[in-house]
Order: sequence, then structure tokens, then C-alpha cells
Amino acid sequence: MFAELNSILNVSPEHFSTGEFVLLSDRQSDASFLLHHFLGFYLRAGCQVCFVALAQSFSHYSAVSQRLGVNLSQAKEKGQLVFLEGLQESLSILNPHDARTGSEAMDFLRNPGAGLQCLFQFVSSSVDHSRGAEDGGRGPPVLLVDDLSMLLSLGVGVDAVLDFSHYCRTAICSQLKGNVVMLLRCDGEDDDDDDVGSDDGSERLLRGLTHQCSLALHVQSLPTGYCRDIHGQVEMCDRRRQAGGQQRKMTFHFKVHDKGASFFAPGTSSAVL
Amino acid sequence: MAASVNDTCKQSVERTSLNPTSFQKKTRNKLLSIPGTRLSVQNGQLLVSTGVTSLDYVLGGGLAVGTVLLIEEDRYDSYTRMILKYFLAEGVVCQHELFIAAAQDHPNDIFQELPDPILDDVVMHKPADQPRLSSEPHGNLDAMKIAWRYQNLPKVQSGLASSSRFGHYYDVSKTMEPEIRQAAKCHHFYLPEHPRQSSATRSPVLDSYAALLKSIEEVIRREGFSVAAPLTKSRNILRIGLHSLGSPLWGDDLCCQDNPKHSHALTTFLYGLRALLRSSLSVAVVTVPSHLIQSRSLRGSITRLCDNAIALESFKGSERETGPLCKDYHGLLHVRQVPHLNCLTSQLPDHKDLAFKLKRKQFSIERLHLPPDLSETVSRVSRADAAGAAALASACDSGNKHLDF
Repeated sequence: MFAELNSILNVSPEHFSTGEFVLLSDRQSDASFLLHHFLGFYLRAGCQVCFVALAQSFSHYSAVSQRLGVNLSQAKEKGQLVFLEGLQESLSILNPHDARTGSEAMDFLRNPGAGLQCLFQFVSSSVDHSRGAEDGGRGPPVLLVDDLSMLLSLGVGVDAVLDFSHYCRTAICSQLKGNVVMLLRCDGEDDDDDDVGSDDGSERLLRGLTHQCSLALHVQSLPTGYCRDIHGQVEMCDRRRQAGGQQRKMTFHFKVHDKGASFFAPGTSSAVL
Repeated sequence: MAASVNDTCKQSVERTSLNPTSFQKKTRNKLLSIPGTRLSVQNGQLLVSTGVTSLDYVLGGGLAVGTVLLIEEDRYDSYTRMILKYFLAEGVVCQHELFIAAAQDHPNDIFQELPDPILDDVVMHKPADQPRLSSEPHGNLDAMKIAWRYQNLPKVQSGLASSSRFGHYYDVSKTMEPEIRQAAKCHHFYLPEHPRQSSATRSPVLDSYAALLKSIEEVIRREGFSVAAPLTKSRNILRIGLHSLGSPLWGDDLCCQDNPKHSHALTTFLYGLRALLRSSLSVAVVTVPSHLIQSRSLRGSITRLCDNAIALESFKGSERETGPLCKDYHGLLHVRQVPHLNCLTSQLPDHKDLAFKLKRKQFSIERLHLPPDLSETVSRVSRADAAGAAALASACDSGNKHLDF
């Protein structure tokens, strides 16, 4: 959890709005540090978190969260965190033996063109199951997905991913009054690329999700080139209800440290001043 | 990767699980002392050397165990093959096990072409004595008389190396002795030897990739590289070298067509490879002829699925061959991606413009310096036009230069 980002977004673990769909995207950069922020934030807020981790193993997230002060293994044991480790689950499908292990959440790998119903079943069952089983001391349910471009790489179509995000938003944001945070990684700067047909669909997905989301954080590298002290810029487009009905667009520069990230207005990096 | 480090010392972690701070007791050093590896100073990762010392420096100290290094091939696949051979030769010298997969040449041929290691520590890297200049400002024979204000500044270090020695040097002109080679255990996967089989359980990956994935998983399981395997015998690292994945010889039409039918076969395979590597003590180097892939987004997703990614661009055959760059270097090296493993930050290289040079005893990667233009006509051209200007200048009568003002 990064304190500066909390102040920028006007939230705190005690006081945050629900029913939000946050989209983290990046272009030729890495926005996964923002995902660690949200993971720590919602765990500290006491929410019921469902984390669909397709990109890295559990020990990676656990090690990073440890440095940020959150213990993932403990949260998993208590039941506050439901963790889907995509890498491990996918092995039983990509390398089929006769013995089937693991949940059916990654079954879409067998037939990527069919859609993501199994993944959505997993998400909704983990969110419903935990709400019913535990005492009512938990906060609203939160879904974190890392990351959607992995789904595109595995052959899932853009429409299926858009449907999946829409279903999650309906189920979690509207019905259960929770939050959804999704990470999408794009690449390339040319929107007017001549080979539209070979576009992987990440641009289309980005546009579709930006339309659906209430808060979009877009991470890019600096337009002026590579700098060691400023790792990039974050464009924030805030359409949440508390903003008074109008959009708030801001740009920040950031630098990622070992234990967090610092955000500052463009031109006010500590390396410069 | 710390997947392996953390899981094998799960016992020690669970004892300290109630510890709210991130301080971990350094008991892991006792559990894992595998030859040829060392722990990273930044984040405690287990690192192996790629065989090229300067590439280790560029990648932040070495290749982390459990990760994949993607090398985007140069046009004629000469230097990437060289790096693959360095990687495998380093494995032989460190007594790691090897797994070589290729569709074009038999892996045995690749295995026999490994360069000869220089096992006596004669070749030391020069930048080790650079900092001495700044610490001895007076009584120095090289004392500057005119630019004396620059006396105490450290010299720009163009050659990249870290202070501690990790990895070996190889003599490219000779191949490795058969005795050293025999000592290493090597597993082969040669695609023509694996006939297409339609098993009952269809894997969603392409047949060739499915067979390769299965073969790798079998080796990992059988030889005990998996992290979940019991710690009965001493652990070792498996070095996996996959040559030219994605090329048409693997049955993939990624490089042949604009809209490939199997556009997701290679990416799905890389996902499975990543899953295998994260749960075992192995390292993989994958070379992909990405200059043949038309779709830029596909190249991007291949890069994102691998942890480290570099691209080699050799000057051979290009129009830059006659330019001023070519006299000193053999090509450019682009660092496309450096991962952040178990921490938020990644070891980004200081400079992004790197060039490589293959010498007999060393593959050196250096910061790109354009040599000073000492010709009589000062040509203010960019790097891209430098070759054009040089060609033009050589084409004209050289006597004209003296008449130009």
C-alpha cells in the first residue's frame, strides 16, 4: 500500500468507495506495482479478496507483499484471501496426465475459443462461498486479476474477456457492492498501425475496458526517454461518483523503490530539485 | 527463482511466519549450496551465470533460477547461437545438467561445438583498476595539465563488469575437450525424432510444443529438479536451451504468415514453460527468430511471457557494415525486458545503448561510443546515415576533400 497513492485517490483503508471497477493498464512499462498496492490496501481494509494470479507464482506476490507489510499466507489461512495460482493449475492441463488435479478454473485452456465461463464460476463461487461461511465481519468482496493480457496470449478472444469482465462487474460491483481491479498490459505506441488484422486485440480490449471502468490508471514510460530516477508516468482518469459527476484527469511521475513507490507531479522529482 | 528458495526452506519460513517484519533468517545458505550459483545481493535470488560475464552484468548479476531468458535472434543466427553455446558450456563447467532442444541441427552437434573454457584465471577484466585513478590524485604519471579539473572524476567505464568474478571465459577458436564434455549429463530433444502422436488427452498446444513440454517435465520429474522433490540428494540446476522456437521447422506458422493459424501456440508453450520453471530448479534460454514475426503485438506478448529478454542486432550484411560503428563492434544489443522477481524494483541497466563484440576469448558487451570523427570533413550525420555518408565519401574522389572548406 502506497501512502501517496492513497492521498491522490482520496481513499484510505477505513474509508473507500465500493462498487468500483479499477483498470490498471500499461504500455511498454510495468504496472504490476499498482496491483500490489491494491492487494495490500484491500487486505488491510479487511475485505474478502479473490486474487486471480495468472502471471506469477504465489511466492512472488507473497515476497513483495511481505516487504509492503502484508502477510499473504496468513490471509490465505484465515480465509480472507482466495488465491488462484494460474501457473500451477495450468500445468495439469497443458501437460495432460491421466490424474486430474486442481480446480477447474483454468479449464478454458483446453478450448480457448469457448470463453471464460469456468473462470467466472470459480470467481463467483469463491466470493459467495466465503461470504456465506464466515461471520459478517468481512468487508465487501474484491476481485483482483493479474493480468488480462495473459488470457489473450493463451488464445482467449477479446470478446470473451470483455464478457468476463462485464460478468464480474455485474456480480461483484453491482450485486455484492464490492470492487474489481484488473490489470491489462499492452504494447506498441502506434494506434494507427497498418496491420489491424494482426493486432492481438489488446488495444480493443483496453478501449472496451476503459469505457466500463470507473477509475483508470495508465502507466507509461516517460515520453522523453529512459531515466533511471523517474520510472515512468501514470495517467489517472477518475470517474468515480464522489468526483462530482465529472472526470478528473491527472498525470504523475513515479519511482518504484524497494518498499513502495513515490508519486510526484511532473518535474518535481527529487533527482531534479 | 525464489520460488525454489522459498519453498525448499519452507520449514524455516513457517517458524518465522509470525514475524511481522520482512526480515528472513539467513538459513537458506545452508540448504542450498549448489555449485555455479550465487545469491543476488539485491533480492536474495539464486543466480547462475549465462556464460558471458558482461551479459550477467546487464541482466543484474546473472540469470535467476526459475526464469526464462529470451534472445531475439539476429538475422543470420550467428551470435545468438554463440550465446546459447556459452550458456551450455557454462553449465558443463559448473557441472549442471543440460537439456538441449532443436529442430534444425541435432542437439548433439550443438553439444559438440561448445567453446573451450579457459580454466586458469589469467584473463582478468581491466575496469577493476579504474577506481584507483581517483584515489591517487597526486604523484600520478597521467596527471592532467590542461583539463586538471577532470583529474579526480572516475573514468567512464565502457566495459561492463561487476567487481566479483562469477562465470568463466571461453576460447571460441577451440571446442571443448571431450573429457570435460563426457562428464556432463545432457538430455536431447530433436524434433524429427519425435513423431506426431495423437494421444487420447489432447493438449491445447501444438504437437511439437506439447511433446517438448512433456519431455522437459519428464526430465524435471525424473532427475529430481522439482522443488517439491524430497531433499535426499544434493540439488543441481538444469539448464534448458531451446533453439529457434517459433521457426517453421517446429511446425509453427508464426514466422511465415501474416495471420498465423497457430498464433497462440508459442505463447501457450511459453506459459507452460514458465509454470514448469517456477516450480523447479532450472533455467531456460530460448531463442526466437522474432525478426520473422510480422505482428508486433505477438512479439510483445512473447517478450512479456519470458522474464528476461534481449535482442541482438548484428551489423553483418546490413548497410551499417561500412559505418564507423562496425569497426569496433559486431552489433547492437537491446535489453527489452528485465524482470522484477520477488520485489517491486528491477535491476534496470544504466545505459540502454549497448553494443557487443565477439572476441576470441570474450564476448564483450559495452556501452556504445561513437568514435570521434577525425576526418577532414566533419560529417554531422546521425548514426543511421553514417553508413550512407561513409559510402558516399568512399565513392567520391578522395582528393575532393582537400578542396572543401
